Amino acid sequence: MTQSIVVQVGQCGNQVGCRFWDLALREHASVNKKGIYDEALSSFFRNVDTRRSDGDNNDISGGKIRSLKARAVLIDMEEGVVNEILQGPLRDVFDSKQLITDVSGSGNNWAVGHKVYGSTYREEIVENLRKAAEHCDCLQCFFVIHSMGGGTGSGLGTFVLNVLEDEFPEVYRIVTSVYPSAEDDVITSPYNSVLAMRELTEHADCVLPIENQSLVDIVNKIKHMSHSGKLGAEIKQSSTIISGQGGVKGQEKPFDAMNNIVANMLLNLTSSARFEGSLNMDLNEITMNLVPFPNLHYLVSSLTPLYTLADVNVPSRRLDQMFSDAFSKDHQLIHSDPKHSLYLACALIVRGDVQVSDLRRNIERLKPSLPFVSWNQEGWKTGLCSVPPVGHSHSLLALANNTCVKPTFIELKDRFMKLYKKRAHLHHYLHVDGMEQSCFSEAFSSLSSLIEEYNQLDATKGLLMTDAQRLNIAV
Amino acid sequence: MILWAATDSLYSVLAKSMRSAQHCDFESARAKIKDHAYENATVASCSRMSIVTVQLGQCGNQIGQELFNVISNDSHSSRGQCPKTESEAYSICSQERFFSEGQNGAASARAVLVDMEPKVISHTISTAAKSGRWKYGDHSSFCQKQGSGNNWANGFCVHGPRHEENIMDLVRREVEKCDRLGGFFNMMSMAGGTGSGMGTYITQCLRDTYPHSFILNQVTWPYGTGEVIVQNYNSVLTLSHLYQSSDAILVHENDTVHKICAQLMNIKQISFKDVNKVIAHQLGSVLQPAYTEGVLEYNRNPLGDLMKSMVCHPEYKLLGLRNIPQMSETSLAYSVFTWPGLLKHLRQMLIANAKMEEGIDWQVRPPAGGLLPAEKGTHNKQLRFNTSLANLLILRGKDVQSADTGGFMDPALYTSWLPPGVASSTWRTPMSFNRYEKSATLVSNSQFLLKPLDGIVGKAWNMFASRAYVHQYTQFGISEEDFLDSFTALEQIIASYTHL
Repeated sequence: MTQSIVVQVGQCGNQVGCRFWDLALREHASVNKKGIYDEALSSFFRNVDTRRSDGDNNDISGGKIRSLKARAVLIDMEEGVVNEILQGPLRDVFDSKQLITDVSGSGNNWAVGHKVYGSTYREEIVENLRKAAEHCDCLQCFFVIHSMGGGTGSGLGTFVLNVLEDEFPEVYRIVTSVYPSAEDDVITSPYNSVLAMRELTEHADCVLPIENQSLVDIVNKIKHMSHSGKLGAEIKQSSTIISGQGGVKGQEKPFDAMNNIVANMLLNLTSSARFEGSLNMDLNEITMNLVPFPNLHYLVSSLTPLYTLADVNVPSRRLDQMFSDAFSKDHQLIHSDPKHSLYLACALIVRGDVQVSDLRRNIERLKPSLPFVSWNQEGWKTGLCSVPPVGHSHSLLALANNTCVKPTFIELKDRFMKLYKKRAHLHHYLHVDGMEQSCFSEAFSSLSSLIEEYNQLDATKGLLMTDAQRLNIAV
Repeated sequence: MILWAATDSLYSVLAKSMRSAQHCDFESARAKIKDHAYENATVASCSRMSIVTVQLGQCGNQIGQELFNVISNDSHSSRGQCPKTESEAYSICSQERFFSEGQNGAASARAVLVDMEPKVISHTISTAAKSGRWKYGDHSSFCQKQGSGNNWANGFCVHGPRHEENIMDLVRREVEKCDRLGGFFNMMSMAGGTGSGMGTYITQCLRDTYPHSFILNQVTWPYGTGEVIVQNYNSVLTLSHLYQSSDAILVHENDTVHKICAQLMNIKQISFKDVNKVIAHQLGSVLQPAYTEGVLEYNRNPLGDLMKSMVCHPEYKLLGLRNIPQMSETSLAYSVFTWPGLLKHLRQMLIANAKMEEGIDWQVRPPAGGLLPAEKGTHNKQLRFNTSLANLLILRGKDVQSADTGGFMDPALYTSWLPPGVASSTWRTPMSFNRYEKSATLVSNSQFLLKPLDGIVGKAWNMFASRAYVHQYTQFGISEEDFLDSFTALEQIIASYTHL
């Protein structure tokens, strides 16, 4: 079995990351009753004997769990969030050596994050990553979590992405990026996002874009459901994908509900690699099957079901409804409508007690209404993991490589142009050593090319494509 | 020693003649073999040959374990209707072929298990040990920690060369345990990354290291609706490369076996275990001992005999399998079979290209004698008639000597350029197989697989036209040129089979 390392950068990255570790512990606790440090746990956690003082060599493989340490590197240029983590209930999960912090923050400036802090901390970052990698038997993947709109997550986060590619070229890089909503209060977020986008396009293997507004909508939907008071519609609170109940952390803070959704998405993504199932789907299979062209690696994710009904007498959610929901625009984690755009590829990771026949039946049922690109009419990749998530009997994560990401990118491009045309706030960036106007124009053209690639694919939608002419063989 | 040399040269004659791409005078090759076979008919029974099985990837390992189970159970079960000497000869032959004596006298499968991740192999080994009757060798497996990611290029270009030495070492040890090596049986799927990519590479290594041995590849074809998005690419690359190093490719299609489970065996919630059991049953019915025509002892070299009967030309290596009857235990209890009935069904399944014993189209007929070859071509296409190159019937069970296989010798079934009477063979044994009182298997080198093959190549070509996913392969060492070569090779094979 392989291991993965989570690299959480910036305020958003660390807050989401924190929820991820809490929910990961909760999940493993519910599955691993005997407290044995097994292969599944080792994919994200080290088993450490804290009594021994020779810090680096105290990993224990197998046997009882002593002290679990997250395979994580926490980076923030402000101390607030990381300090909070270290004082909170998760403090024992992190090794103080895994943290890289500074005091003054990046001022919502990508250039400061990427160029200034990048060069200052490069060595320490590499050192930290190496140490974490050394504790891994077989390191398969780095999960980077950050936001796009700010300075640290966006700038330093993408700098780290570059470092990962340079230092560990054979390890996959899956990036979870939180994109700013239209009403974002950070004025320079379009600049930061577009500058970061270029890095993502060039250096990430896979990107899972998330939009705050979509998370808010899902949270509201669930809250509305739980407060609707409809008879028989009461929800099991601990089962919702926004709940952190049962985890280590006690009090739920404002963004926790939204961040729990992202954490759950990551848990489901890695479930088939961690736990057993009849049709395993490893992380390298995801990057292989869902990325038909190198730049088109943006995957839209959706999670179902959002909650489980509390009343056990109500017939449990029909399985087929779960599959249908995965394709509705209400369940997507970015604002998009995959059903009315073009699918390049789609992966379904099913957890819990679902059989191959259920899976195939639903794919047959939904296929006719989902437009797939002509050369990938049967572009489905499926995985079955037998362990369901906490509070559910089954669940589904759908990952779609779909042109429905295009509107998000076009909007970003437009907001960028609005500022850039006026050269607004540009001086803050250009003051930074190593930043030039060309960085902006290049980032802009990278985004434009990406949009153009999606355009070309969209143009083929609905056209009746004839089969490519086969090779002629002399008989 | 002389005996060894004589038999060895016999097979290298066959092997060489099979591999010559230009002219294949299979008539004379066959004649030479028949002479040698007669000379060696009086060879002592201790020169029976053994088969070394190589299980590659998740699919290969899972099916392999079921196969050894079937074989072990089959050779141990007592059969009331046969004389004891017959039973014993059968058992001994089967044991020698597939098992060596491990420590404590326990039967140890002559197998090498290969996978890039540990879960499947450890499950396979422990399940085998539970049978109590046989197990895998303690040092017969090789695995790594990280899989091939469904990437054929990763399996073929990276994992293959990297682990070649270790794996071939395991193979060598298994070969050394054999008194006489009858050849290799490689089991794999073609949709994934390890079985397909690495399996192909290992097959090549076997060919290079053991140039005179027979190599039979058992390849599982994936569900058409897709388990893996890039399965068609992986399939195209696998088949084109295997054609160069393997002697024959025995095919199972998941869709077909799934239907057998659903419609003939009435299994409600079909699992991969169910599918694998059916495949294992079919394979066992081919590989277990039988008498070839005119020989008084159980066949000493099943792989050689199979190749001789089925693969007379290197352009035609795809073998399909049909086995009847197949039904659930409960139905079996109420069924009675006759050889004429079974053979009639099997013949029509061949002619009408039926995948299983249900929904057979009885309207399809072989063309009438007087048609010219050109007319025959169109006639066949219109009636969906399946033209054969060679057919092998393997009959197991009660009163097998009375079974009349004349229907399969009708020249109308075969391509016009084949000498009549040579293309059809029959093996028999009075021993019943795996709870079926009578069991008939047809191994066929015909147009059976033409349509599915064409389908796979068509889909792969469409995808290739847009170059989708190609960068994933070039990253690991398979270029666009390599793809084109593979497509060309397969179009050639499709053309050859179309014009049978």
